Amino acid sequence: MADVAPAVLGSQEEALVEVVELSKEFDVSPPLLTRLLQGQQKSFLRAVDEVSFSIPRGRTFSLVGESGCGKSTLARLVVGLYAPTRGRILIDGKELSRLRSRREQAQVRRRLQMIFQDPFASLNPRWRVRDIIAEPIRAHGLMSDRKAIDRRVGELLELVRLTAADGLKYPHEFSGGQRQRISIARALASNPEFLVCDEPTSALDVSVQAQILNLMKDLQRELGLTYLFISHDLAVVYHLSDYLGVMYLGRVVEWGAARNVFANPQHPYTRMLLDAIPDLEMSGRQRIPVRGEVPSPMDPPSGCHFNPRCPFANERCRAEIPMPIPTVHGGEVRCHAVEEGRLTEEVVRDALRRPLAEEEVP
Amino acid sequence: MADRTLAPHSPAEAHKGGKPPLLEVRNLQVEFPTRRGLLKAVRDVSFSLQEGEILGVVGESGAGKSLTGTAVIGLLEPPGRIGGGEILLNGRRIDNLPYAQMRRIRGKEIGMVFQDPLTSLNPLYTVGQQLIETIRTHTDLSEARARARALELLADVGIPAPERRIDQYPHQFSGGMRQRVVIALALCVNPKLVIADEPTTALDVSIQAQIIKVLKRLCHEHGAAVMLITHDMGVIAETADRVAVMYAGRLVEIGPVREVVKNPRHPYTRGLMGSIPVIGHDQERLNQIEGSMPRLTEIPSGCPFHPRCPEVFERCPRERPDLLPAGPSQAACWLYDPEEPRGAGHG
Amino acid sequence: MSALDPLHRTKAEEPPRAPSAWARFFDSDIWYSFTRSPVTVVSALIVLIFVVGALFAPWIAPHNPFNPAELNLMDGFTPPMGEAFSGNLYLLGTDDQGRDVFSTILYGARISLFVGFCAVLFAMVLGISLGLLAGYRGGWVDSLIMRIADVQLSFPAILVALLIFGVARAMLPRSMQGEMVIWVLIIAIGLSDWVQYARTVRGTAMVEKNKEYVQAARVIGIHPLLIMLRHVLPNVLGPVLVIATIGLALAIIAEATLSFLGVGVPPTTPSLGTLIRIGNDFLFSGEWWITLFPGLALILLALSVNLLGDWLRDALNPKLR
Repeated sequence: MADVAPAVLGSQEEALVEVVELSKEFDVSPPLLTRLLQGQQKSFLRAVDEVSFSIPRGRTFSLVGESGCGKSTLARLVVGLYAPTRGRILIDGKELSRLRSRREQAQVRRRLQMIFQDPFASLNPRWRVRDIIAEPIRAHGLMSDRKAIDRRVGELLELVRLTAADGLKYPHEFSGGQRQRISIARALASNPEFLVCDEPTSALDVSVQAQILNLMKDLQRELGLTYLFISHDLAVVYHLSDYLGVMYLGRVVEWGAARNVFANPQHPYTRMLLDAIPDLEMSGRQRIPVRGEVPSPMDPPSGCHFNPRCPFANERCRAEIPMPIPTVHGGEVRCHAVEEGRLTEEVVRDALRRPLAEEEVP
Repeated sequence: MADRTLAPHSPAEAHKGGKPPLLEVRNLQVEFPTRRGLLKAVRDVSFSLQEGEILGVVGESGAGKSLTGTAVIGLLEPPGRIGGGEILLNGRRIDNLPYAQMRRIRGKEIGMVFQDPLTSLNPLYTVGQQLIETIRTHTDLSEARARARALELLADVGIPAPERRIDQYPHQFSGGMRQRVVIALALCVNPKLVIADEPTTALDVSIQAQIIKVLKRLCHEHGAAVMLITHDMGVIAETADRVAVMYAGRLVEIGPVREVVKNPRHPYTRGLMGSIPVIGHDQERLNQIEGSMPRLTEIPSGCPFHPRCPEVFERCPRERPDLLPAGPSQAACWLYDPEEPRGAGHG
Repeated sequence: MSALDPLHRTKAEEPPRAPSAWARFFDSDIWYSFTRSPVTVVSALIVLIFVVGALFAPWIAPHNPFNPAELNLMDGFTPPMGEAFSGNLYLLGTDDQGRDVFSTILYGARISLFVGFCAVLFAMVLGISLGLLAGYRGGWVDSLIMRIADVQLSFPAILVALLIFGVARAMLPRSMQGEMVIWVLIIAIGLSDWVQYARTVRGTAMVEKNKEYVQAARVIGIHPLLIMLRHVLPNVLGPVLVIATIGLALAIIAEATLSFLGVGVPPTTPSLGTLIRIGNDFLFSGEWWITLFPGLALILLALSVNLLGDWLRDALNPKLR
């Protein structure tokens, strides 16, 4: 069964990973010459905007959101593929950007690894599986004896329910699910404590997805792993997560213990996402109609980014950026309507009855 | 809305000797000759589609569901070809028609919606030009009337400010809006059948819900039947009337959507449904089907699912079951053979 | 582990022996498409004959045209199959110096192929290094390298080669020119030809470096130089191989052109191009064979190499398979 969540995130459990006011801006300006000739300004895309969260050791924190919400950028920031524009990332109290020497960096890198989305792109097609999995072992100098490495690779392959003999094959000889197992084996090769998983199952069929999700849960239990899980699939997130953050256009709009967020969604966007999931139960329950599309991250709406799609938006929502406020369930939410107590049962029920108007998002 | 400018296509055969199904596929085979022999990707698939009905076709990648759809519209990519069986539209065979004739049917009687809207839209022409051209190719409407019809369609699929958007190019539309345009394009000459191949797979959940809604509403209004091919059981549950489940090139179960979703009969469908995580169901592990779908080169003997089946018995590797009645559904599984003692408890 | 079911596999256990590289090659789609294309097989055979003929020229050729002691000036201008003054039979006739045209073609092909191979190798190494650097590193390094490439591309390759050849000539002492001329030729052709490789490699590298397996290597903490060499490089070699094959034909022709223009290999050790130039002087006085046979050899060689390149491009393109 799911654990009872702590009152405030990370306050009762020791945090392995802490992300503090992390922001990332990408320079999307046209080339210098074009800018000079046409008198354009430099322009930036704020993919991640002041995001904070922490993940207790041995737990799974999930980030959900639609395309362009910055969840994949956040994953790449955490593993160091991108350098943050502002903010800090701490792994076990050590701040990543403060590590200067390669030695120190390697120490931390060994402890965090990543699993990627596309099982067909994440393995070098010209390498044997054996060498792919051994790469982290060799890179970190964990073992030098050829025999010992082979043995370890065999163990890792068996850990992800493949056989040692599979190490001699090339990636193209495997199915998508099997490749994702190889990816996991590679990620586990350096004995990491923390895995960042960027939509590891979204390219897989459901039955294969079930295999991989089960494997990930087994591994978490066996090895005490901590996961940062990125996904757009709320059902998968429900199954896997202890904590959940919902992202919209670079901001985390709501986070908390996963069960609480699912049972009592506070932010209108969270409610909308939950209502957009196709109803496999075929219960025919009433749902908030989904409106509009995600605006371009290049030019996000002012105030609360969600205001053009929000049935409860008012002038304040259009003008003022909502600050995180604690929810009664121990999480946090960034919403003026919640803060003002405008989202009463009646108001929400009224929104359900309102006819679907497919007007355009400006 | 009621004033349709185009009369719906109604062939004379439709009234002869009872009402034949709108689409009937009989023992369809799709095969690919390769250097290592003939690969049979779709084997012996039969189903029919009534007018106005939405049939969901589900299966995992490699099950043959998309090939079945492309075979019906005659767009199999060489060297792929139909290796046997018949496809009948309104009682008329269409699988052996010459290319030019099939092309006419494709535009007029069968509409298409693909996963990636960009493959269905020409980036060099405005959305309006493409709609108007399609309408005028298949009807004798004047330019102005066709444009009015295009505007009406764009409004129908929920594109805001159609007067302005009609003269824009596909790249000026977002993914969800593009898919709406594709739906308008598929419906613009009132086809009787729409083949939708993973129409929502490339879209975000919130957009996906809107597209399903539009597709469902419009097909209902136009009286078009839909063959909805997808891997997403949720989409099927929301949309379809009946569901066909495919595995390793064969149809393993077909039945009313509620039955297939709530009470799946074939062990594969049962495994598939069980492997989908559901919000509100707390389970430590998901039900998983062991192994993976066999490659086309190594389809097991007998029932192709038997090596992965939790209920396999002696007969399964030896004989291949055909679709057998299983409650309101049909399942290709020996458990539903009335003469099979093992199946008594399941029948 | 009891809760974890061992993965059921549909495939039978394979013996834990990796198939050898040869076995893999003969089982590959490339080999299959090769055997299925008669034009390609014939082209490959012709190229093979040229290579073998060039390599073993001293043993195959009836005469050694580079050895002045063997030459008989009186045998000059013997027509093909004609009886020469000395009584020797010359299969394809002789040139003005009395050199056997057949032998000279063999020896000439040797020089042409050597220059071609070396020039392509040189251009490849240069182009791949610069292209990889530009594509993987990006930024101003990329801009600098690609602008140089653009500038060079705005001149015809042969002009660039001529220029480099001229500069090299002026710099080298006269005494060394004879022996260095082949190397100068290789560098000139190579330098005029690296841009194509750099551009292709840069483009492919830019695609590859964003693929997840490269990101995975970065997360592991592999040094960028190692990522370039061990991950990106092997995956950009496919298109390079195609260009290299077609580039070989171009290099052979470039060598022939330079030699024909008189700036290449000296007439004492003629390559195919030199032979054609020598014969060109006598073309209208009736001694057609001196030009025709080396010309045909050049065309056959270049065409075969080109056809091989075309086939390779198709075979390596998954879309056309």
